[in-house]
Amino acid sequence: MSTVSAATAGGPPSASEDTVLSVDHLVVEFKSGRQRVHAVSDVSFQVRKGETLGLVGESGCGKSTTGRALVQVQPPTSGSVNYLGQDLSALSNRQLRKVRTKIQMIFQDPISSLNPRRRVKDIVAEPLVIWKRGTKDEKADKVRSMLEAVGIDPDTAGDRRPQEFSGGQCQRISIARALMAGPDLLICDEPVSALDVSVQAQILNLLADLKARFSLTMVFIAHDLAVVKNVSDRVAVMYLGKLVELAGSDDLYRSAAHPYTEALMASIPEPDPEQKSAHKALSGELPSPLNPPSGCRFRTRCPYAAPLCAEQEPLLREVAPGHQVACHFPLVGGKADTSAAPNPAD
Amino acid sequence: MIGRRGPQNGKRALEFPDVGESDEPLLVVENLHTSFRTGRGTVHAVDGVSLTVAAGTTLGIVGESGSGKTVLARSIMGLLPVRDVIKSGTVHFAGHDLTAMEPDQLREIWGAELSMIFQDPMTALNPVKRIGIQITESLRLHLDMDRKEADATAVELLRSVGIPSPEQRVRWYPFQLSGGMRQRVMIAIALACAPRLIMADEPTTGLDVTVQAQILDLLGKLQRERHMAVILVTHDLGVVADRADEIVVMYAGRVVERAPTRTLFAETHMPYTRALMESIPRLADPSGTRLQAIPGRPPDLIHPPKGCRFAPRCAFAQDKCRESDPPLRTAGSPDHLFACWFPLVHGTSTAPSASASASAAGDTTIDPGPVVQSP
Ligand SMILES: Nc1ncnc2c1ncn2[C@@H]1O[C@H](COP(=O)(O)OP(=O)(O)OP(=O)(O)O)[C@@H](O)[C@H]1O
Ligand SMILES: Nc1ncnc2c1ncn2[C@@H]1O[C@H](COP(=O)(O)OP(=O)(O)OP(=O)(O)O)[C@@H](O)[C@H]1O
Ligand code: SF4
Ligand code: SF4
Ligand SMILES: [Mg+2]
Ligand SMILES: [Mg+2]
Repeated sequence: MSTVSAATAGGPPSASEDTVLSVDHLVVEFKSGRQRVHAVSDVSFQVRKGETLGLVGESGCGKSTTGRALVQVQPPTSGSVNYLGQDLSALSNRQLRKVRTKIQMIFQDPISSLNPRRRVKDIVAEPLVIWKRGTKDEKADKVRSMLEAVGIDPDTAGDRRPQEFSGGQCQRISIARALMAGPDLLICDEPVSALDVSVQAQILNLLADLKARFSLTMVFIAHDLAVVKNVSDRVAVMYLGKLVELAGSDDLYRSAAHPYTEALMASIPEPDPEQKSAHKALSGELPSPLNPPSGCRFRTRCPYAAPLCAEQEPLLREVAPGHQVACHFPLVGGKADTSAAPNPAD
Repeated sequence: MIGRRGPQNGKRALEFPDVGESDEPLLVVENLHTSFRTGRGTVHAVDGVSLTVAAGTTLGIVGESGSGKTVLARSIMGLLPVRDVIKSGTVHFAGHDLTAMEPDQLREIWGAELSMIFQDPMTALNPVKRIGIQITESLRLHLDMDRKEADATAVELLRSVGIPSPEQRVRWYPFQLSGGMRQRVMIAIALACAPRLIMADEPTTGLDVTVQAQILDLLGKLQRERHMAVILVTHDLGVVADRADEIVVMYAGRVVERAPTRTLFAETHMPYTRALMESIPRLADPSGTRLQAIPGRPPDLIHPPKGCRFAPRCAFAQDKCRESDPPLRTAGSPDHLFACWFPLVHGTSTAPSASASASAAGDTTIDPGPVVQSP
């Protein structure tokens, strides 16, 4: 088993052979007047071949910025993104364009991400046209089979325009377009957040099927941990620009070690009236990324915060094989042990 | 805190007896129909809906996108466009028939007795007005407060919906607030005159789950404090599972199941309700669990299919389902209504082709109760 200790105390990343994507000490900052928005602060993780890594956290925590930095739409302020051993930020524009056929992104708002004036078959054929792949007939065949793969009837839908379709159908069309260039890595930024629950289930199942069929590796971004857990092998939890916990999906659910992960789990609406007692909504708002709290960034909302939390930043460390957490007093069996010895990494 | 309308309010033309004390439900909706004339034909968005809401309770209205939830909510409120709308049926609120009221009588009730929180807070708030003004407008209109009193009340209201530093925030504009804060402001406006019923149309759709939980908890707390009735409209059964007293499930403009919340979950009769429950990913399920997605899409409301409208997507559909429309009826408990020819009993379908396993399971018969509403 490959260890996932890339981010512990600045040690060298231990990229194993099956690593497709390695993100090391990624920092993205934006200038806002004279201030700086700390959108992504020193985030490291790896994605292995064929796995789905989930990225979860509340609005504004830096999920999309991380996703955009992975494809270099958003150039990182520092740190690196390695795809199959190539440092993407070191590539020339031409080399980068080539790599981008292998890394595709799909977005939250399916309707506005499709050009309303173009016909569905032209939208889906776009990547082939850009990359000048195949003859006219070959392109048309590929479009047909891809539309069928995502559950859209090419005969009735091909000549229509995006407004004539529902949100779920538009998301299928944008997935078809993303798969046309034959990517290895698919980055999905909230692909189901704008859809209602029944359509959401259709799209999640579709992504699982396509992943198997086209041997895709995926990064799946969303704010709902139940959704993320359903599709992901491992889940990375972000809070205010930081990675706070990373673990196998079932492991994370069974033994969440970060108080924020615990709060995220409590906020999921369970379709079961008998689950009433589990509610413990997170209070307060996400602090401003212009001026993040000292020490642990979650301390202003953490029910277990102690003086140490304001003084020292908890570093990401391994609490169990493959399970990393950044907290001075990680939860054990659902309880914080504030009497425990503080984080040895400090 | 904000008191009830006091005797100083001499403007009030209508009397609203406190039906909270009586057995009469606060809201009684009977056989409501709303259709829109469009270029393509007539859209039957709400097609014969009846429901009641008792004072201080929460009714959840659940259904897929396009099932008619918003049109129903607006029809109850009397907030429909005047042109190209065909409507019938009655809405009695505290004994008054809202459907028979003049627009200026309705305006007197909106905000004061009955208020609405809209699906999209950014478009519902006026972008060029400070949020404080937007709250005090209705206070001054309905409660006859002077400026100073209204300003102080606005600050109090913002504090009660959990907005930090409300003294400063009253002077802010909507764009300066996050999505969650804007929805809190919407709630503050809806609460301003202490209405007896709040219609919340997907108040948290589009917000993230942490903010959603905060907003719904807030609404629940204020409801208990003020003994308000709430109608909570959503596409996510999870949202109403532990917050509603009773749930109405809508499909293609109609009520297909209606029951007290616990009964609805424990004894689901309508396959559509079950399908909605199963399409939600659950945290407790192992990762990679295949979701039970409902195939296809809701029907066209201009030419709805003959028979049961869910039949094209229903795993248990029989010939009978495609031929005739199942009426809304009861079975067993009088407060559990459903519209299905072959209801689920203890999770198993009573449809003939599905009964191979059902007969093995034993008791799966259901004695049909009286028909409550024929299609
Ligand atoms: N171009 C930009 N300029 C300035 N600040 C930005 C920019 N893009 C993002 N930010 C800020 O960076 C932070 C992270 O934003 P990001 O969009 O990555 O969050 P997110 O987790 O994707 O949130 P959401 O769930 O709302 O999509 C936010 O505070 C945001 O306001
Ligand atoms: N003004 C209108 N003119 C014509 N058709 C309309 C009008 N308003 C709504 N409809 C149609 O009525 C049906 C019900 O719409 P409604 O907005 O009530 O659905 P909903 O259940 O609230 O969906 P969502 O979850 O997407 O908000 C839809 O088919 C819609 O297209
Ligand atoms: S480090 Fe302290 S404040 Fe941060 S999550 Fe852990 S206990 Fe809470
Ligand atoms: S009436 Fe028939 S088609 Fe309709 S829900 Fe019941 S079993 Fe399914
Ligand atoms: Mg985002
Ligand atoms: Mg609606």
